[in-house]
Amino acid sequence: MKDRVGRIERKKRSFNLKMTIFSLIVFAFIYLPIIVMIVFSFNDQKRNYYWKGFTFKWYEKLFTDSDLIQYLWISLAIAVLATIISVIIGTIGAFGLVRFEFKIKKLINGALYIPVVIPEVVLGIALLMLYETANMPLGMAAIVMAHVTFCIPFVVIIMRGRLAGMDQSIEEASMDLGANRLTTFMRVTLPMLVPGILSSCFMSFTLSIDDVIISNFVAGPKSTTLPVKILSLVKVGLSPEVNALATVMIAVLILGLLLNSLTQAILKKRAENNVKSYF
Amino acid sequence: MAEHIVQLEKVNKYFGDNHVIQDLYLNIEQGEFLTLLGPSGCGKTTILRMIAGFEEATNGMIKVEGERVEDKEPFERNVNTVFQSYALFPHMTVYDNIAYGLTVAKVPKDEIKERVKEMLELVQLMGFEGRKPDMMSGGQKQRVAIARALINRPKVLLLDEPLGALDLQLRKQMQIELKRLQQKLNITFVYVTHDQEEAMTMSDRIAVLQKGVIEQLDTPDEIYKHPASKFVANFIGESNLFDGVVESVDGNTVCAKLVDGGRMKLDAEGFSAGDAITACVRPEVMGYSLEPVEGFDIKATVKNVIFIGSQYKMYAFLDNGQEIKINRTKQDSNVREGDTIWLHWENDDAYGIKESV
Repeated sequence: MKDRVGRIERKKRSFNLKMTIFSLIVFAFIYLPIIVMIVFSFNDQKRNYYWKGFTFKWYEKLFTDSDLIQYLWISLAIAVLATIISVIIGTIGAFGLVRFEFKIKKLINGALYIPVVIPEVVLGIALLMLYETANMPLGMAAIVMAHVTFCIPFVVIIMRGRLAGMDQSIEEASMDLGANRLTTFMRVTLPMLVPGILSSCFMSFTLSIDDVIISNFVAGPKSTTLPVKILSLVKVGLSPEVNALATVMIAVLILGLLLNSLTQAILKKRAENNVKSYF
Repeated sequence: MAEHIVQLEKVNKYFGDNHVIQDLYLNIEQGEFLTLLGPSGCGKTTILRMIAGFEEATNGMIKVEGERVEDKEPFERNVNTVFQSYALFPHMTVYDNIAYGLTVAKVPKDEIKERVKEMLELVQLMGFEGRKPDMMSGGQKQRVAIARALINRPKVLLLDEPLGALDLQLRKQMQIELKRLQQKLNITFVYVTHDQEEAMTMSDRIAVLQKGVIEQLDTPDEIYKHPASKFVANFIGESNLFDGVVESVDGNTVCAKLVDGGRMKLDAEGFSAGDAITACVRPEVMGYSLEPVEGFDIKATVKNVIFIGSQYKMYAFLDNGQEIKINRTKQDSNVREGDTIWLHWENDDAYGIKESV
């Protein structure tokens, strides 16, 4: 009996070892490129081919005299604007698609996936042609509109799911208790949609910040987004400033994620332990 | 006529081409416990939703407290609803849920506090006020939903299968509590259910519905003893139905020929020779013997006997295949599977149904 338990235990241990090695390979695959990029942001060498020595000078340059930061701000502004606009339009659209019956509902539900599925190049060319025809100047406004175009379907898809899963009698209960439609929306519907709205915001923001191809088509000479700028820099050779900027962005992202999970944990604990008292 | 707290007159409701409520007349009295009972799809929930204002009647008149409400929004009507799914606000605590009706009416905070406390005591949930709905059991959520609906002091409380999601034991307990609550507060309850036992336990009056029409509206006792139609007889409790044609009438006693052959007699009023009659005999009063009985000629074959604890249920079938249910509190060792028995009953144990359709 004892022998048998030992054998199972040994098998378990060897399995655990294999799992660890496998996991390490997977993680290496995902994160090695990023690590290399971070390491080279500290490289004292203009051309990033081999390691010369440690330096902070690229960070200095980034924050003192570099136009990269300026493009970062443009990118952020575009992402924020595109997020706000697409979440508002998409949420209203989802309401229409879930709560009302009309003839072309099925068509719209299906057509939603077209911008998601078609290659970005196609959408980029299409938008460019549209702007040309409409005599619309390329630049920031054009980029924002383009981003809104491809963000809306994602928002609608997320919010549609949320709304469909929402028990409508909860809103009826609110009206039943004397709240008019506006009060019901503000006090009941909106708070219940907050998780969906937040994930829509994250989704839109990420899509917008990430986008290179479509932005490349509709960007103006002066107002271009950071990814497009970096892409154009590749042709003349990347400076380690880009590495430094990327590292800063990753640091901010990681910090944000940590902060997020920390607040989540605190909030959850507070909700569990500290039951509100009223009397 | 001020007694009628809710009045529905000639109300019709269509969903598309579907005529779900047909020329409905219903008067609900102040302080009564009225149950709308029927199978799913009979329109009972639709009636409730029309009174609450969530559904618009296609035509007809609905009055609450003598005032027409057809054009009023749900938030303008002095009725409150307890929903089947509880419909608690998930992002609010129990306190805020119950206080909601007063909060939106901008009642002073101190008064809200006082009345929420009163409600919590009423539904025995003191100490739970700080919890969120997802931290509570089904029965507790149900109590919150009831407290929330009662805090506005409605004249009529509408309950849409409120106990449907609870387990049997809790359901029985809540049935008694609801009835107690209704009597204590003396407000009108309009209760929707498909569970006839639940309806019998709680109601002052029951409206049995089928396909958008009230088949019978009466006290539980009357409905059980004198079902107005075959549907009601089958829906309320178990029953054995025998279709026949009246042969002769002698005072109260009607002798009839069964449609599928055989003879029977029973006490019934308002029948004359040639009328169609359906005898409704409840399983507990269904008699049988091994020899034919005077005035009866209904032969059945015993299928099986099942012991369910409180009683023995015997199943037999007629030659035409109809199943006969017989309930006894004691086992009859004389009857075995496959035996032929002759059915009969006391004249006043059967009730004659005149099917209008």
